[in-house]
Amino acid sequence: MDTFLQQLINGLVLGSVYALVALGYTMVYGILELINFAHGEVTMIGAMVALSVISALVGAHVDLPGIAIVLVGVLAAIPACMLLGFTIERVAYRPLRHAPRLAPLITAIGVSILLQNLAMIIWGRQYLSFPPILPRTTYHLGGATLSALQIFIFVLSLVLMAGLIILVQKTKLGRAMRATAQSPQVAGLMGVNINSVISLTFIIGSALAAVAGVMVSAYYGIAHYYMGFLLGLKAFTAAVLGGIGNLGGAMLGGLLLGVIESMGAGYIGDLTGGFMGSNYQDVFAFFVLILVLVFRPSGLLGERVGERA
Amino acid sequence: MNFRLLTPLLILAVGLTTAACGKKDSAENQHEVIVKIGSVSPLTGPQSHLGKDNENGARMAVDEANTQNILLGGKKAKFVLVSEDDAADPKTATIVAQKLADQKINGVIGHLNSGTSIPASRIYHDAGIPQISPSATAIKYTAQGYNTAFRVMTNDAQQGHVLGQFAVTKMGAKKIAIIDDRSAYGQGLADEVEKAAKAAGAEIVAREYTTDKSTDFTAILTSIKSKNPDLIFFGGMDPQAAPMVQQMRRLGLGAQFLGGDGVQTTEFLHLAGADGEGVTASNPGVPLASMAGGKEFQQKFNAKYGKIQNYAPYAYDAVQVMIAAMRRAGSADPAKYLPELAKTDFNGVTGHIQFDAKGDLTNGSVTLYRVEHGKWVPLETVKNDASPAPR
Repeated sequence: MDTFLQQLINGLVLGSVYALVALGYTMVYGILELINFAHGEVTMIGAMVALSVISALVGAHVDLPGIAIVLVGVLAAIPACMLLGFTIERVAYRPLRHAPRLAPLITAIGVSILLQNLAMIIWGRQYLSFPPILPRTTYHLGGATLSALQIFIFVLSLVLMAGLIILVQKTKLGRAMRATAQSPQVAGLMGVNINSVISLTFIIGSALAAVAGVMVSAYYGIAHYYMGFLLGLKAFTAAVLGGIGNLGGAMLGGLLLGVIESMGAGYIGDLTGGFMGSNYQDVFAFFVLILVLVFRPSGLLGERVGERA
Repeated sequence: MNFRLLTPLLILAVGLTTAACGKKDSAENQHEVIVKIGSVSPLTGPQSHLGKDNENGARMAVDEANTQNILLGGKKAKFVLVSEDDAADPKTATIVAQKLADQKINGVIGHLNSGTSIPASRIYHDAGIPQISPSATAIKYTAQGYNTAFRVMTNDAQQGHVLGQFAVTKMGAKKIAIIDDRSAYGQGLADEVEKAAKAAGAEIVAREYTTDKSTDFTAILTSIKSKNPDLIFFGGMDPQAAPMVQQMRRLGLGAQFLGGDGVQTTEFLHLAGADGEGVTASNPGVPLASMAGGKEFQQKFNAKYGKIQNYAPYAYDAVQVMIAAMRRAGSADPAKYLPELAKTDFNGVTGHIQFDAKGDLTNGSVTLYRVEHGKWVPLETVKNDASPAPR
């Protein structure tokens, strides 16, 4: 039972990171019907920038507690990613807003490859390690071990998600975002500045991605130029699982995917009698996605994409 | 200007220049022979630090050879290192191998991983190009019957056997969990360790798998934790061993951690940090510092390229062995110096190098190291007479 609990805890922590990144995908898809493949790379850039700042501070022997240094790293990564998200939208996606659907999709893949190689040139090809400055206190909960970092990641993700929901449901900007998602032309006619709203969507999504990136690199202790690819793919899967365009769906999908992966990897050996080992961990997640899409194509909580007249 | 003539004119100009350059090369042939030695290793990806290390070791040997005014068949030999990247991926490795074979390369130092050396060895054999791997340890590499495949490192039959025995007899492990990365190297080594550990009387409580690109092992470690092992053996490379050890400690898994030569690198110490304390790993050969010429090599290498990761001395020796064979044959032609390569009897910085009929070292040894105070400290060296005959 305590193994189950441990796998559940691991899965929830992993899932909360997927959820944060999935939010970026789902917001952009809801408004533009575009899968922003470059989003995983924005997460990676956030992690790398934060890591560079943190390593610089540690190297200069700045006398601050570990958490403060990481916070400085995050605060440096957020504006960097915001700017990156904004630039990508302006340069790569806006000119293609009225082009056939395939063009921005391919452009997104192109931007993803560009960012990966840019990161490889700037930060090199090897794994960068996260300095061991965070406290390593662990707690025990019914036989499972829980680290302070895991709790922090989970709680922070929930706080950010709650913040985003409040933003979208209760503020004027949020109303403008929902209106644009429902129907851009009509929203434009009603006085909403579509270009601003779209830019802000990318900016907010990228800020969340920056935080997610730092979390991932702190959790695994390493960051490298290729880490955004699989993370982005899984986060996109999570968004589709929960219902693309649906914020609640992205969060649910993320958490669910994390738990499924964790459980799958832990129990797949026993389930298949040793036929499939835990190296099929990723297969499990995508297999679940196929099942969900076959039986419920609009995702668990339903799609929410606007009507295009 | 008539632009329609511009393109054909440009093509003509480029063509003439290339032809002129070609003529220049053949003019030099009369006094000098250019010997191209290939070096293939992962220069991109998680193992790029190891790949670069191999390349540097080979480059140092090539640069030294060029200062020695070596004559081959009466002509001055100029050695050129052709470095290629195989990203530790078997598919890329075959493409690169074919590319080198088409270039009529004189010899190859590579590849780094077993998973890439094995498919590439077929291509080099078909082209008759001698291949010396500085670091591939899987048994299959020399078991294919290719007379062009050699290695300057002990193979996994011995390494796995030593590791399995050491885990049970010296580390006192009775319940062992084994994880491998499903690569030719990781899987092969893990299988050998499992065999040796079982023969020594231990119980294998879990056998888990991952890939050579993963960084998240919490699920399989959690599953292993429930089986209460004394020791966890990982068959794989350092960029994964480091997060694995960190995640182990975070989950409260107190078991000892044992790895092979893929773990015993400088980068592992850097990536694992404090969690690396107490980790044990093996490496074929004897500690560099205790070899004649080892300290000198270390100083020269550190001055030029920085810290040695792991296999640079082996790449260095591999190049020297190849060049020595070329000198004995008086030619860089693969058909001529291949028989001499098989008869190698050479004292390199990694030890005495002699090949058996399959291309393996005749008198290999394995050394075990442990991380103490952030450094690898040698524990003991096991020589060849302690291992079973390789199949």
